[in-house]
Amino acid sequence: MSKFRKKKKGFPAISTASLPDIVFMLLFFFMVTTVMRETTLKIQKPQLPFATEVKKLERKSLVSYIYVGKVKGQGGDKIQLNDRISDVKDIKYFIFAERDTHSEDEIPLLTTSIKADIETNVGTITDIKEELRNVNALKINYSTLTGDVMKNISK
Amino acid sequence: MARRDLPEINAGSMADIAFLLLIFFLVTTTMDTDKGISRKLPEKQDDIDPPILKEKNVFIVTVNRNNDILVEGDYFMTVDKLREEAIKFIDNGGGFGNPIDGADPAECDWCEGAKDPKSSDHPNKAVISLESDRGTSYGTYIAVQNELVGAYTFLRNRLSEKLYDISYTQMIKDNKNHPSLKLKDQITNIKKKYPQIISEAEPTK
Repeated sequence: MSKFRKKKKGFPAISTASLPDIVFMLLFFFMVTTVMRETTLKIQKPQLPFATEVKKLERKSLVSYIYVGKVKGQGGDKIQLNDRISDVKDIKYFIFAERDTHSEDEIPLLTTSIKADIETNVGTITDIKEELRNVNALKINYSTLTGDVMKNISK
Repeated sequence: MARRDLPEINAGSMADIAFLLLIFFLVTTTMDTDKGISRKLPEKQDDIDPPILKEKNVFIVTVNRNNDILVEGDYFMTVDKLREEAIKFIDNGGGFGNPIDGADPAECDWCEGAKDPKSSDHPNKAVISLESDRGTSYGTYIAVQNELVGAYTFLRNRLSEKLYDISYTQMIKDNKNHPSLKLKDQITNIKKKYPQIISEAEPTK
Protein backbone atom coordinates (compact mmCIF):
# COMPACT_ATOMS: atom_id res chain seq x y z
CA MET A 1 0.00 0.00 0.00
CA SER A 2 2.58 2.41 1.00
CA LYS A 3 4.68 1.57 -1.98
CA PHE A 4 2.84 3.96 -4.26
CA ARG A 5 2.21 6.69 -1.83
CA LYS A 6 4.67 9.37 -2.40
CA LYS A 7 5.82 11.54 0.36
CA LYS A 8 5.06 15.15 -0.28
CA LYS A 9 7.52 17.20 1.54
CA GLY A 10 8.74 20.74 0.90
CA PHE A 11 8.37 22.72 -2.32
CA PRO A 12 9.53 21.38 -5.64
CA ALA A 13 12.71 23.04 -6.83
CA ILE A 14 12.22 25.80 -9.39
CA SER A 15 13.62 24.71 -12.68
CA THR A 16 16.69 26.70 -13.60
CA ALA A 17 16.91 25.21 -17.06
CA SER A 18 16.03 28.50 -18.70
CA LEU A 19 18.60 30.44 -16.73
CA PRO A 20 21.27 30.09 -19.44
CA ASP A 21 18.79 31.43 -21.96
CA ILE A 22 18.11 34.51 -19.91
CA VAL A 23 21.77 35.09 -19.27
CA PHE A 24 22.56 34.65 -22.94
CA MET A 25 19.92 37.14 -23.85
CA LEU A 26 21.48 39.71 -21.55
CA LEU A 27 24.90 38.78 -22.82
CA PHE A 28 23.94 39.40 -26.42
CA PHE A 29 22.36 42.70 -25.51
CA PHE A 30 25.55 43.92 -23.92
CA MET A 31 27.72 42.47 -26.67
CA VAL A 32 25.76 44.36 -29.29
CA THR A 33 25.54 47.68 -27.45
CA THR A 34 29.05 47.71 -26.10
CA VAL A 35 31.52 50.20 -27.49
CA MET A 36 35.11 49.48 -26.75
CA ARG A 37 36.85 52.71 -25.93
CA GLU A 38 39.58 53.17 -28.45
CA THR A 39 41.84 55.27 -26.35
CA THR A 40 42.65 55.16 -22.70
CA LEU A 41 42.21 58.51 -21.07
CA LYS A 42 45.34 60.09 -19.74
CA ILE A 43 43.51 63.14 -18.53
CA GLN A 44 40.82 63.05 -15.91
CA LYS A 45 37.52 62.00 -17.38
CA PRO A 46 36.01 65.22 -18.70
CA GLN A 47 32.70 66.24 -17.26
CA LEU A 48 30.89 67.18 -20.45
CA PRO A 49 28.60 70.21 -20.45
CA PHE A 50 24.88 69.93 -20.96
CA ALA A 51 22.94 71.14 -23.97
CA THR A 52 19.52 70.66 -25.50
CA GLU A 53 20.05 71.41 -29.19
CA VAL A 54 22.13 68.31 -29.76
CA LYS A 55 22.72 66.39 -32.90
CA LYS A 56 23.74 62.79 -32.99
CA LEU A 57 27.00 62.02 -34.67
CA GLU A 58 26.25 59.72 -37.52
CA ARG A 59 29.07 57.71 -38.97
CA LYS A 60 31.46 56.93 -36.20
CA SER A 61 34.31 55.96 -38.44
CA LEU A 62 34.46 59.54 -39.69
CA VAL A 63 34.83 61.07 -36.26
CA SER A 64 38.11 61.84 -34.56
CA TYR A 65 38.19 62.82 -30.93
CA ILE A 66 40.10 65.50 -29.11
CA TYR A 67 39.92 65.32 -25.34
CA VAL A 68 40.49 68.38 -23.22
CA GLY A 69 40.71 68.27 -19.48
CA LYS A 70 42.92 68.41 -16.47
CA VAL A 71 45.69 66.11 -15.33
CA LYS A 72 45.91 65.32 -11.66
CA GLY A 73 48.56 67.36 -9.95
CA GLN A 74 49.15 69.66 -12.89
CA GLY A 75 47.63 73.00 -13.63
CA GLY A 76 46.13 74.18 -16.87
CA ASP A 77 44.14 72.42 -19.55
CA LYS A 78 45.69 69.48 -21.30
CA ILE A 79 44.85 68.14 -24.71
CA GLN A 80 44.88 64.45 -25.43
CA LEU A 81 45.19 63.12 -28.96
CA ASN A 82 45.13 59.36 -29.35
CA ASP A 83 47.05 58.01 -26.38
CA ARG A 84 49.22 60.95 -25.55
CA ILE A 85 48.97 64.28 -23.87
CA SER A 86 49.84 66.63 -26.68
CA ASP A 87 50.43 70.19 -27.55
CA VAL A 88 48.07 72.32 -29.62
CA LYS A 89 50.62 72.26 -32.43
CA ASP A 90 50.33 68.49 -32.72
CA ILE A 91 46.72 68.75 -33.79
CA LYS A 92 47.60 69.25 -37.43
CA TYR A 93 49.63 66.04 -37.51
CA PHE A 94 46.80 64.27 -35.75
CA ILE A 95 44.36 65.46 -38.41
CA PHE A 96 46.72 64.51 -41.22
CA ALA A 97 47.12 61.06 -39.71
CA GLU A 98 43.35 60.70 -39.51
CA ARG A 99 43.00 61.74 -43.11
CA ASP A 100 45.53 59.16 -44.22
CA THR A 101 43.30 56.39 -42.99
CA HIS A 102 40.36 57.58 -45.08
CA SER A 103 39.78 57.74 -48.78
CA GLU A 104 39.94 60.99 -50.66
CA ASP A 105 36.20 61.50 -51.01
CA GLU A 106 35.57 61.01 -47.30
CA ILE A 107 37.91 63.77 -46.19
CA PRO A 108 35.36 66.62 -46.36
CA LEU A 109 33.04 64.55 -44.21
CA LEU A 110 35.51 64.05 -41.40
CA THR A 111 34.26 65.53 -38.15
CA THR A 112 36.30 66.44 -35.13
CA SER A 113 34.55 65.92 -31.86
CA ILE A 114 35.80 68.03 -28.98
CA LYS A 115 35.24 66.36 -25.65
CA ALA A 116 36.12 69.08 -23.24
CA ASP A 117 35.57 69.41 -19.55
CA ILE A 118 32.99 71.88 -18.37
CA GLU A 119 35.62 73.97 -16.60
CA THR A 120 38.03 74.26 -19.48
CA ASN A 121 38.93 77.78 -20.54
CA VAL A 122 37.46 78.94 -23.81
CA GLY A 123 40.97 80.06 -24.77
CA THR A 124 42.12 76.47 -25.07
CA ILE A 125 39.13 75.63 -27.22
CA THR A 126 39.82 78.65 -29.41
CA ASP A 127 43.41 77.55 -29.92
CA ILE A 128 42.17 74.13 -31.00
CA LYS A 129 39.64 75.65 -33.36
CA GLU A 130 42.26 77.95 -34.86
CA GLU A 131 44.56 74.99 -35.41
CA LEU A 132 41.74 73.04 -37.04
CA ARG A 133 40.97 75.97 -39.31
CA ASN A 134 44.59 76.06 -40.39
CA VAL A 135 44.37 72.51 -41.70
CA ASN A 136 40.87 73.01 -43.07
CA ALA A 137 39.17 70.54 -40.77
CA LEU A 138 36.05 72.63 -40.45
CA LYS A 139 33.38 70.28 -39.22
CA ILE A 140 33.42 70.19 -35.47
CA ASN A 141 31.13 68.95 -32.78
CA TYR A 142 31.17 70.04 -29.18
CA SER A 143 30.42 66.84 -27.35
CA THR A 144 27.73 67.34 -24.74
CA LEU A 145 25.27 65.48 -22.60
CA THR A 146 21.59 66.10 -23.01
CA GLY A 147 20.26 68.21 -20.20
CA ASP A 148 19.35 71.64 -18.99
CA VAL A 149 21.98 74.26 -19.78
CA MET A 150 21.54 75.90 -16.43
CA LYS A 151 23.43 72.97 -14.96
CA ASN A 152 26.54 74.26 -16.72
CA ILE A 153 26.51 77.44 -14.78
CA SER A 154 25.37 76.77 -11.25
CA LYS A 155 28.70 77.05 -9.54
CA MET B 1 22.97 -5.43 -31.46
CA ALA B 2 22.76 -3.35 -28.40
CA ARG B 3 21.77 0.23 -28.82
CA ARG B 4 24.47 2.45 -27.50
CA ASP B 5 23.43 5.94 -26.52
CA LEU B 6 25.97 8.62 -26.68
CA PRO B 7 26.28 10.17 -23.28
CA GLU B 8 24.79 13.64 -23.22
CA ILE B 9 27.16 16.48 -22.62
CA ASN B 10 26.48 18.13 -19.34
CA ALA B 11 25.26 21.64 -20.04
CA GLY B 12 25.01 22.62 -16.44
CA SER B 13 28.01 24.91 -16.55
CA MET B 14 26.76 26.77 -19.59
CA ALA B 15 25.12 29.35 -17.36
CA ASP B 16 28.40 29.91 -15.55
CA ILE B 17 30.27 30.52 -18.76
CA ALA B 18 27.59 32.86 -20.02
CA PHE B 19 27.62 34.70 -16.72
CA LEU B 20 31.35 35.15 -16.94
CA LEU B 21 31.06 36.68 -20.39
CA LEU B 22 28.12 38.77 -19.33
CA ILE B 23 30.02 40.24 -16.44
CA PHE B 24 32.98 40.98 -18.70
CA PHE B 25 30.81 42.95 -21.10
CA LEU B 26 28.95 44.65 -18.30
CA VAL B 27 32.21 45.93 -16.89
CA THR B 28 33.79 47.02 -20.15
CA THR B 29 30.73 48.61 -21.66
CA THR B 30 30.59 52.37 -21.86
CA MET B 31 27.44 53.91 -23.08
CA ASP B 32 29.31 56.50 -25.05
CA THR B 33 27.59 59.77 -25.67
CA ASP B 34 28.00 60.74 -29.24
CA LYS B 35 25.86 63.79 -29.18
CA GLY B 36 26.78 67.38 -29.30
CA ILE B 37 26.38 70.78 -30.83
CA SER B 38 27.61 70.71 -34.41
CA ARG B 39 29.23 73.80 -35.80
CA LYS B 40 31.10 74.59 -38.93
CA LEU B 41 34.20 76.70 -38.65
CA PRO B 42 34.69 79.49 -41.16
CA GLU B 43 37.30 78.90 -43.79
CA LYS B 44 40.61 80.58 -43.41
CA GLN B 45 40.74 83.68 -45.55
CA ASP B 46 43.48 86.15 -46.11
CA ASP B 47 42.90 89.85 -46.07
CA ILE B 48 39.27 89.98 -46.90
CA ASP B 49 37.57 93.06 -45.67
CA PRO B 50 34.75 92.14 -43.40
CA PRO B 51 31.42 93.18 -44.87
CA ILE B 52 30.02 96.34 -43.42
CA LEU B 53 26.95 95.69 -41.37
CA LYS B 54 24.51 98.09 -39.90
CA GLU B 55 24.72 98.17 -36.17
CA LYS B 56 21.07 97.37 -35.75
CA ASN B 57 21.52 94.14 -37.67
CA VAL B 58 24.12 92.81 -35.27
CA PHE B 59 23.21 91.25 -31.97
CA ILE B 60 26.33 91.26 -29.85
CA VAL B 61 26.60 88.75 -27.05
CA THR B 62 29.67 89.14 -24.90
CA VAL B 63 30.72 86.67 -22.27
CA ASN B 64 33.43 87.87 -19.93
CA ARG B 65 35.84 85.92 -17.79
CA ASN B 66 33.47 85.91 -14.85
CA ASN B 67 30.91 84.20 -17.07
CA ASP B 68 28.63 87.22 -17.11
CA ILE B 69 26.65 87.68 -20.28
CA LEU B 70 26.39 91.14 -21.73
CA VAL B 71 23.99 91.80 -24.56
CA GLU B 72 24.56 94.60 -27.09
CA GLY B 73 27.27 95.94 -24.79
CA ASP B 74 24.46 97.34 -22.79
CA TYR B 75 22.80 95.13 -20.24
CA PHE B 76 23.58 91.97 -18.33
CA MET B 77 21.45 88.95 -18.82
CA THR B 78 21.11 85.42 -17.51
CA VAL B 79 21.37 82.50 -19.90
CA ASP B 80 17.72 81.54 -19.65
CA LYS B 81 16.61 84.93 -21.03
CA LEU B 82 19.02 84.84 -23.92
CA ARG B 83 17.00 82.59 -26.18
CA GLU B 84 13.94 84.79 -25.93
CA GLU B 85 15.98 87.89 -26.65
CA ALA B 86 17.68 86.29 -29.65
CA ILE B 87 14.33 85.21 -31.05
CA LYS B 88 13.01 88.74 -30.71
CA PHE B 89 16.04 90.07 -32.54
CA ILE B 90 16.08 87.58 -35.43
CA ASP B 91 12.35 87.63 -35.94
CA ASN B 92 12.00 91.40 -35.84
CA GLY B 93 11.69 91.98 -39.59
CA GLY B 94 11.80 95.75 -39.41
CA GLY B 95 12.90 96.40 -42.97
CA PHE B 96 13.98 94.88 -46.25
CA GLY B 97 16.19 91.83 -46.46
CA ASN B 98 18.88 90.71 -48.82
CA PRO B 99 17.46 89.62 -52.15
CA ILE B 100 16.52 85.95 -52.26
CA ASP B 101 17.02 84.11 -55.58
CA GLY B 102 17.58 87.35 -57.46
CA ALA B 103 14.22 88.79 -56.51
CA ASP B 104 13.88 92.31 -55.27
CA PRO B 105 14.65 92.89 -51.63
CA ALA B 106 11.46 92.18 -49.79
CA GLU B 107 10.06 92.44 -46.35
CA CYS B 108 10.00 89.40 -44.14
CA ASP B 109 6.37 88.33 -44.50
CA TRP B 110 6.80 85.23 -42.31
CA CYS B 111 8.20 87.10 -39.34
CA GLU B 112 6.04 87.63 -36.32
CA GLY B 113 8.29 90.09 -34.55
CA ALA B 114 7.67 93.62 -33.42
CA LYS B 115 8.92 95.23 -36.68
CA ASP B 116 10.91 97.64 -34.60
CA PRO B 117 12.96 99.86 -36.95
CA LYS B 118 15.74 99.95 -34.37
CA SER B 119 16.23 96.19 -34.44
CA SER B 120 17.15 93.80 -37.27
CA ASP B 121 15.81 94.27 -40.79
CA HIS B 122 15.37 90.72 -41.88
CA PRO B 123 16.38 87.21 -40.67
CA ASN B 124 18.87 86.93 -43.51
CA LYS B 125 20.53 90.16 -42.47
CA ALA B 126 20.47 89.49 -38.76
CA VAL B 127 23.88 88.50 -37.47
CA ILE B 128 24.53 87.19 -34.01
CA SER B 129 28.02 87.97 -32.90
CA LEU B 130 29.44 86.00 -30.02
CA GLU B 131 32.41 87.46 -28.23
CA SER B 132 34.08 85.48 -25.54
CA ASP B 133 37.06 85.85 -23.30
CA ARG B 134 39.87 83.34 -23.06
CA GLY B 135 39.01 82.87 -19.43
CA THR B 136 35.33 82.12 -19.97
CA SER B 137 34.40 78.67 -18.78
CA TYR B 138 33.52 76.15 -21.44
CA GLY B 139 30.24 75.32 -19.74
CA THR B 140 28.96 78.87 -20.07
CA TYR B 141 30.22 79.09 -23.62
CA ILE B 142 28.32 75.94 -24.59
CA ALA B 143 25.23 77.19 -22.76
CA VAL B 144 25.29 80.42 -24.77
CA GLN B 145 25.87 78.60 -28.05
CA ASN B 146 23.07 76.23 -27.19
CA GLU B 147 20.63 79.06 -26.55
CA LEU B 148 21.53 80.81 -29.78
CA VAL B 149 21.12 77.65 -31.84
CA GLY B 150 17.95 77.01 -29.89
CA ALA B 151 16.54 80.37 -30.96
CA TYR B 152 17.00 79.44 -34.61
CA THR B 153 15.52 75.99 -34.06
CA PHE B 154 12.48 77.54 -32.44
CA LEU B 155 11.89 79.92 -35.34
CA ARG B 156 12.45 77.23 -37.94
CA ASN B 157 10.08 74.88 -36.18
CA ARG B 158 7.42 77.54 -35.95
CA LEU B 159 7.63 78.46 -39.61
CA SER B 160 7.76 74.86 -40.70
CA GLU B 161 4.68 73.99 -38.72
CA LYS B 162 2.85 76.89 -40.28
CA LEU B 163 3.86 76.03 -43.83
CA TYR B 164 4.00 72.25 -43.82
CA ASP B 165 2.24 71.17 -40.60
CA ILE B 166 5.35 69.39 -39.43
CA SER B 167 8.16 70.63 -37.26
CA TYR B 168 11.56 71.30 -38.76
CA THR B 169 13.25 68.90 -36.36
CA GLN B 170 10.85 66.16 -37.38
CA MET B 171 11.47 66.91 -41.04
CA ILE B 172 15.21 66.50 -40.58
CA LYS B 173 14.62 63.21 -38.82
CA ASP B 174 12.27 61.95 -41.52
CA ASN B 175 14.65 62.99 -44.25
CA LYS B 176 17.37 60.95 -42.62
CA ASN B 177 15.23 57.83 -42.48
CA HIS B 178 13.44 58.20 -45.79
CA PRO B 179 15.16 60.83 -47.92
CA SER B 180 12.91 62.46 -50.47
CA LEU B 181 13.18 65.42 -52.77
CA LYS B 182 10.10 67.06 -51.35
CA LEU B 183 11.47 67.02 -47.80
CA LYS B 184 14.82 68.24 -49.00
CA ASP B 185 13.23 71.19 -50.77
CA GLN B 186 11.18 72.04 -47.73
CA ILE B 187 14.24 71.93 -45.50
CA THR B 188 16.22 74.18 -47.84
CA ASN B 189 13.34 76.58 -47.99
CA ILE B 190 13.12 76.87 -44.22
CA LYS B 191 16.87 77.20 -43.94
CA LYS B 192 16.81 80.01 -46.47
CA LYS B 193 14.09 81.84 -44.59
CA TYR B 194 15.91 81.60 -41.27
CA PRO B 195 19.59 81.22 -42.08
CA GLN B 196 21.72 80.57 -39.04
CA ILE B 197 24.26 83.37 -38.93
CA ILE B 198 26.35 83.16 -35.80
CA SER B 199 29.70 84.82 -35.98
CA GLU B 200 32.38 84.27 -33.42
CA ALA B 201 34.90 86.94 -32.70
CA GLU B 202 38.43 86.28 -31.59
CA PRO B 203 38.36 86.08 -27.82
CA THR B 204 39.79 88.87 -25.75
CA LYS B 205 42.84 88.05 -23.74
